[in-house]
Amino acid sequence: MAKMTYREAVRDAMREAMRADPRVFLMGEDVGKYGGAFAVSHGLLEEFGPTRIRDTPLSESTFVGAGIGAALGGMRPIVEVMTINFSLLALDQIVNNAATLRHMSGGQFGVPLLVRMATGGGRQLAAQHSHSLEGWYAHIPGIKVVTPATVADARGLLLAALKQADPVMMFEHATLYPLEGESEDGTIMEIGRAALRRRGKDVSLIAYGGALGKTERAAAQLAQLGIDAEVIDLRSLRPLDTEMILASVTRTHRAVIVEEAWKTGGFAAEVCARIMEGAFDALDAPVARVCGAEVPMPYAQALEQAALPQPESIVKAVQGLF
Amino acid sequence: MSIHKTAAACVNGREHGLSLLRQMLLIRRFEEKSAEIYSAGKIRGFLHLYIGEEAIAVGAMQALSAGDAVVATYREHGQALARGVPAGRIMAEMYGKANGCSRGRGGSMHLFDAERRFFGGYAIVAGGLPIAVGLALADKLQGRLTVTACFFGEGAVAEGEFHESLNLAALWRLPLLFLCENNLYAMGTALARSESQTDIHLKAQSYNIAAEAVDGMDVLAVESAAQRAAAQVRRGDGPYFLELRTYRYRAHSMSDPELYRSKEEVAQWRGRDPLALFEAYLRGRNMLDDADMKTLEADAANDVEWAVAEAERGGWEPVADLERDVYGSVAA
Ligand SMILES: Cc1ncc(C[n+]2csc(CCOP(=O)(O)OP(=O)(O)O)c2C)c(N)n1
Repeated sequence: MAKMTYREAVRDAMREAMRADPRVFLMGEDVGKYGGAFAVSHGLLEEFGPTRIRDTPLSESTFVGAGIGAALGGMRPIVEVMTINFSLLALDQIVNNAATLRHMSGGQFGVPLLVRMATGGGRQLAAQHSHSLEGWYAHIPGIKVVTPATVADARGLLLAALKQADPVMMFEHATLYPLEGESEDGTIMEIGRAALRRRGKDVSLIAYGGALGKTERAAAQLAQLGIDAEVIDLRSLRPLDTEMILASVTRTHRAVIVEEAWKTGGFAAEVCARIMEGAFDALDAPVARVCGAEVPMPYAQALEQAALPQPESIVKAVQGLF
Repeated sequence: MSIHKTAAACVNGREHGLSLLRQMLLIRRFEEKSAEIYSAGKIRGFLHLYIGEEAIAVGAMQALSAGDAVVATYREHGQALARGVPAGRIMAEMYGKANGCSRGRGGSMHLFDAERRFFGGYAIVAGGLPIAVGLALADKLQGRLTVTACFFGEGAVAEGEFHESLNLAALWRLPLLFLCENNLYAMGTALARSESQTDIHLKAQSYNIAAEAVDGMDVLAVESAAQRAAAQVRRGDGPYFLELRTYRYRAHSMSDPELYRSKEEVAQWRGRDPLALFEAYLRGRNMLDDADMKTLEADAANDVEWAVAEAERGGWEPVADLERDVYGSVAA
């Protein structure tokens, strides 16, 4: 166990993977000389050199596609797309190629590729730099989607992703990079297992990524109000740990899903549907969602904060169930 | 438009000449049969025929060895056949059978063969180029002296991925052979109606890539250009770009009424049929006579008949296996 930031945990995991496996390399915009737009890869160029820490031109579609090709060719690429906002330029490669190749080739070709990127809002970057579209990617069979919310998971899920035979997309909420915590060594996590962050008996709060911290703060406030909330961190959106969700809701009889993305067609809707399908009879109240407001992200601080889930809005949603 | 004039290529012996003609003939007859079977309803979905362009796949493939990689488009039956993917497995794939080269999951547009490093047909225009860049990068990183051959139509030139891929391949000096099959039309859009610069190889040169335009109806010209290009790529001198000028004799796909070009234009290009040209070449050098031609035709007919029989014989994937091959098992 070592104390470090989320940023350092991602970096350490990449360093460990590159030391252990010569097939692993990192490429993306400004991952080398600049040290990474979020300083995640800072220092890696010095250790591994420009052959393994590859700065790319501004060509999202092609360097993600090249990651797919390199994976087909026997490498274990890590592709860093600066942020999820720019991943829209690589959607074709991710959706039409990475996700389909194994099936379309009748099982002959797999794509062991890790695509990492920052996601989320909350930093006053306005409408083009604040997206939370990881739920879109979770829609697609053939890829796996992980959303580490803790320092230990940042490391553990990255290392687990590099053990997969298939493409994994890892979404790092940009506000988490300075987060401090303990990083466990040596454990290889299983992708597809949620984590029970807080035990409680009155309501299940289900969150992931950047929404987890706010949800935990809401749980603490609810405790003051006499409501004992359970907090589940999904960690992986695909595969989704439906079992843990249903077990929790079956115990608590109430559920609130918290997600930064827009409510309409968001991932929270999927979780909600799974609860309806698998635990309808256990519910004592309708499932509630606390999501991003249906507006392109505004710049002004008060407006942006109002557009995002907050501990207060979560508390209010929970109170509405009793 | 000008084609760089290099000394006319010569065939490397009678046997080789017959082999080239045999391969082109197989593609031609295979495609004709596919169209027939499509009309009978046994092949469905999109079907894009390679008729008229046979010299490119056959000529270019002569420059590749077993360790090299091939990336192609949805119009890839010719490349697959020339690469040695068994005709029966291709036909079975188009039938959607379990013995197809993609287990019936791909169809005509998505032929794959891991054993022959045939990395597939890609049906999003230009979508295969970045994959080829990555395959070449993997070869370079692993110190392999292999070539990744990437086929695509001239329609891809208008896509951003074309420019990104050329730039990256040149910037990183990747062992990549770009093979642009310029058949003058992207569906119904003539090249001159979509590009401000119609000499495509000039675009490649602007990325500092060695590039030339080649007569894609002349199998020997394609072969010698591909040999030259592949040799340079194999030396580690970075990518090479061939613009292969050709024409598609049939409709874009089976559902195209061909409103965008005249019968006269098609007839004119049929006058430069790559099979007829090469047949005449061999006859002119006394390397081929009527009896040889009869044998070649009989062989092609036989191979196609076998392919159809294999497709007919194949079984269907059980619906219970619908969700297989979406994910693999966890790798080491
Ligand atoms: C990105 C994309 N846009 C549009 C299409 C529809 N489409 C299929 S083939 C084609 C024409 C492509 O022409 P070209 O690249 O010259 O290849 P050819 O069919 O002539 O071999 C179009 C527009 C597509 N498949 N992908």
